[in-house]
Amino acid sequence: MALVDRPLSPHLQVYRFIFTMMLSGLHRITGVGLAVGAALLVYWLIAIAAGPEAYSTAQALFGSWLGRLVLFGVTLALFYHLCTGVRHLLWDTGWGYDVKTANATGVVAVVVAVGLTLITWIVAYAMRGGS
Amino acid sequence: MSMRSPLARVRGLGSAKGGTHHWWVQRLTSIALVPLVLWFAASVAPLAGASHAEVVAWLASPVPAVLTIFLVVVVFHHLKLGLEVVIEDYVPVVWQRTTLIICVTFGCILFGAAGAFAVLQVALGG
Repeated sequence: MALVDRPLSPHLQVYRFIFTMMLSGLHRITGVGLAVGAALLVYWLIAIAAGPEAYSTAQALFGSWLGRLVLFGVTLALFYHLCTGVRHLLWDTGWGYDVKTANATGVVAVVVAVGLTLITWIVAYAMRGGS
Repeated sequence: MSMRSPLARVRGLGSAKGGTHHWWVQRLTSIALVPLVLWFAASVAPLAGASHAEVVAWLASPVPAVLTIFLVVVVFHHLKLGLEVVIEDYVPVVWQRTTLIICVTFGCILFGAAGAFAVLQVALGG
């Protein structure tokens, strides 16, 4: 099948950059990035099943500065994707398409995502007892 | 231009013969993931730094075991659907697109099965 040279919609650089557009792009980027989070979840579960030795290796990896950085990124991406995902579900009901509401729910999604991330990490650090 | 009404076209299930099935399952999995992810985060954050015995005790109990299996399965189903759309959007060459979608599909099934099996091993291993 030969590729037909059909007209394309103007791409990113043509539009003025706006808030909701950034959120939409981030929803997709975090979604793809969460593949890493999903793989880490499976690794964690396998390490638990494999026994104390494999589990302590996993703990050391997740506990290293790089491991914590990745896990923090995964947590933020997860809650961001969840919150903007709920926004998508609300749009599916036909609600919230006007500019004012779309901007407002965007702000709410970002604030809630950051809030949930911070709460999760505060709980995690509180439980570690400073170790 | 088609003379058929939108309803008639949907009933014909479009060129992919799948209709809205992909879209619908993506919504179903996202609805399920909202409570599952919140539950998992609330459960796992307090387990930071926990010993192997503590984590096993948690994961082996019925509710966490079942919900974690459910989480893993739904996560990888949702991931497969999402990555598929991204690949369809950005990979224009058909054989590359198809190959990638096959890899993503098999990868998601493999990882999902491995994760679910690990939970079963912990829960039933005694």
